[in-house]
Amino acid sequence: MTSLLDVRGLKIEATTYPPGEAPRDITIVEDISFRLEQGRVLGLIGESGAGKSTIGLAALAYGRGGVRITAGEVRLDGEDILGLKRPGIRQVRGARVCYVAQSAAAAFNPAHRLGDQIIEAALRHGLMDEAAARERAAYLFGVLSLPDPATFGERYPHQVSGGQLQRAMTAMALLPAPELIVFDEPTTALDVTTQIDVLAAIKRAIEETRTAAIYVTHDLAVVAQVADDIMVLRAGKMVEYGPVRKIIEAPDAEYTRELVSVRSLVQEEAADQSDRLLAIEGVDAAYGETRVLSDVSVHLPRGQTLAVVGESGSGKSTLARVITGLLPPKDGTVRLAGETLPPKLSGRSREQLRTIQMIYQMADTAMNPRHTVGQIIGRPLSFYFNMHGARKRQRVQELLEQIELGEGFIDRYPAELSGGQKQRVAIARALAAEPTVILCDEPTSALDPLVADGILKLLLRLQKETSVSYLFITHDIATVRAIADSVAVLYQGRVVRFGPKSEVLSPPFDDYTDLLLKSVPELRVGWLEEVLQERRMTSAGH
Amino acid sequence: MAKDQREASTLDASGGTALLEDAGSGTPQDLPPVSPVRASGGRFGAVAGFHSNHPLAALILQRIALSVGLLFAVSLLIFLGVEALPGDFAQTYLGQSATPQAVANIRADLGLDRPAPTRYVEWLGGVLQGDFGNSWASGQSVTSQIAGRLGNTLFLAFFAAVISVPLAVGLGMLAVLYRDKAPDRLINIFSLAAVSLPEFFVGYLLILFFGVQLGWVSYPSTVFSGMPFADRLQAVALPVATLVLVVLAHMMRMTRAAILNVMSSAYIETAELKGLNAFRIIARHAAPNVLAPIITVVALNLAYLVVGVVVVEVVFVYPGMGQYMVDAVTVRDMPVVQACGLIFATVYIVLNMIADILGILANPRLRHPR
Repeated sequence: MTSLLDVRGLKIEATTYPPGEAPRDITIVEDISFRLEQGRVLGLIGESGAGKSTIGLAALAYGRGGVRITAGEVRLDGEDILGLKRPGIRQVRGARVCYVAQSAAAAFNPAHRLGDQIIEAALRHGLMDEAAARERAAYLFGVLSLPDPATFGERYPHQVSGGQLQRAMTAMALLPAPELIVFDEPTTALDVTTQIDVLAAIKRAIEETRTAAIYVTHDLAVVAQVADDIMVLRAGKMVEYGPVRKIIEAPDAEYTRELVSVRSLVQEEAADQSDRLLAIEGVDAAYGETRVLSDVSVHLPRGQTLAVVGESGSGKSTLARVITGLLPPKDGTVRLAGETLPPKLSGRSREQLRTIQMIYQMADTAMNPRHTVGQIIGRPLSFYFNMHGARKRQRVQELLEQIELGEGFIDRYPAELSGGQKQRVAIARALAAEPTVILCDEPTSALDPLVADGILKLLLRLQKETSVSYLFITHDIATVRAIADSVAVLYQGRVVRFGPKSEVLSPPFDDYTDLLLKSVPELRVGWLEEVLQERRMTSAGH
Repeated sequence: MAKDQREASTLDASGGTALLEDAGSGTPQDLPPVSPVRASGGRFGAVAGFHSNHPLAALILQRIALSVGLLFAVSLLIFLGVEALPGDFAQTYLGQSATPQAVANIRADLGLDRPAPTRYVEWLGGVLQGDFGNSWASGQSVTSQIAGRLGNTLFLAFFAAVISVPLAVGLGMLAVLYRDKAPDRLINIFSLAAVSLPEFFVGYLLILFFGVQLGWVSYPSTVFSGMPFADRLQAVALPVATLVLVVLAHMMRMTRAAILNVMSSAYIETAELKGLNAFRIIARHAAPNVLAPIITVVALNLAYLVVGVVVVEVVFVYPGMGQYMVDAVTVRDMPVVQACGLIFATVYIVLNMIADILGILANPRLRHPR
């Protein structure tokens, strides 16, 4: 019997053009084989650069950005679609195999109504007439819990939220009743509270339509909720492939075991949190007329970590901007070691600037690409401590050792570093000023889980060694558990919950914190069903 | 361009915050209510109300008001600039025979002895009624003199536009289709050469080859009223060719860049993965999004066709506005200089305003507010 999808010996290559060097071919994916039957879901999991999206797109015989499929077969119902000419491939795409992109916000055309875009493929392929397509679209909007299914399609992409767009994209993929759908990180860009709804909608839609699916993600806990089988990938090669339960409960490969156990780091919280090294009192902040923070009061003891948690738009980063003086607050004060800081950056002394340093989410854009690591870390040394020459180089060397990077790094440029290494350099730059507080704005959320773990461990070790305090902004509860002593939950610019971690993360909860905590995917099969069941019970009045 | 980008980013930002307001759609209803803070009410309540009810109309009205304001500012600048010009009409007019008394008489005749603000208000009042005053040199009405000249200039600009705009957009699309291949490189080299050469040089080269050596066209490009249409076309051939060469490259390159920018976006990949054919992808998914940037660059170049024609008209001795203005400047015939300056400025501002408004209309975020 032929499988719905039968991929054999897939090899995918690309040509890179390194500046100043001859172009060369690199292998992105090698020797990948798997089968997929109707109604089954295969999860492709791995870190960035593992080749998981590339494999997913190969199921549509598509190579993104000049990527070439150079060997192997992709058989759909027995037919090798890689051998098809362009018109033949077009018959497959959008009709028999559909694709759901990571960022639906970018993948929908801003110039056309959602409904027209959603039914376009089915109409162009002559699969159904327009009335039938619109009717099916409305039905799918209902299945995917979109508001006003009958009229939802009349809206433009900018008129609906990110979570709704992601579901609309799923509806677009489901509409032609394809045999296979490729989901490419469909929930990664969403807040956890939105992710759970989209995840549930996708799962329900897959079950109702009996379509097969490839689900690409870097989050093992997410894929465990929807997949039947999982393939673990690393650097374009298969590490492990098997049923979902086997992979998460009894993995064979060492790499899979690491992936499963990652994010299980838990920091013991400090017992005494009465110190008020950094105190934020009644802060209101706004961008023009748009109010972002309302009456925010939190404090951070010396040598401890305060995690500020919330979804995108809750005002987390704005709080950091207020503390640094980049955005003077409308009302309220920021005090450091009892001394009230001038609200504006320009009003602060060099010494006051030195005591508060920042680490950003994108280490990439926070460093001058034309400076070497030595220059980047050395800058605060000469700026704050007037260090120069050999003495400065000596100190940079010490800092590099502190962040576990060796001697060889001092003359490298940021482009020559990995994502994790860049973030380490950014940490060293912050440390160089010998601050009392470091504001960490989602420093690990752009990193792969294993690398992020390493950064968190480093931050904790540095805290023990130097007694620096962290104000750690994150949207990720696992990170909070790993690093925080105290926690502030921000929702729409207000602090809804603040206190020691053990109190904030244990019941009784306020509604928002409850929702936030329950939305974080757990790495076990059946978690999604349990949460949805519980929600139904709650809404039924139990 | 920078202004457009800034607008685009503020639009994105407002779209972003709007998304956030909706992001809680999956959250329970009993969360602490937070009232969205909006710029409304207050002193500008009525304006803000109109703004939020008809954001598109408000934006367009704002553009028109800005353009009108800008025109007044430009009229003042032109007047001041002309005032500040060294030399004096009476001196130039009388030449060697200028006695202080004769100069003073002429100045009094022309009303130049009155204070500048009075003269500005008078001039502006006349302009608003379509009267640009009388030429000092000929004593005739500037309005009637300009009418014919403006017609000639627009004739030239019109044919240059009719040829250059479709050609530029077509070549731009061709360059995209053959990106980084021979046709694209050829188009790029050609356009770079064309844009690098000043128009008077291009003009003289064309005259040398087509007028003098080959003798295909007559030079100078004189036209007169009552001239047969075919002769007229033949006469403007070289100036039109010069103008086309000058504006083509810029429009072509911007078209190419705009299309490439859109073609690399995620929604084009989505269209590709829907199995659509290349024509439909370009016509339905790329074209609507590429319109606004192309309109902007086309409008800018149309404006240049009318305004930048000065040099070309002088080179070809073509009796248009540019030639008229240059002649007027040499004899310090200020009413004519002012009129020409103001008309050029109006063309420039109006075309840019139209481009702005079309850009606003082409933006679905503004056409269909949330």
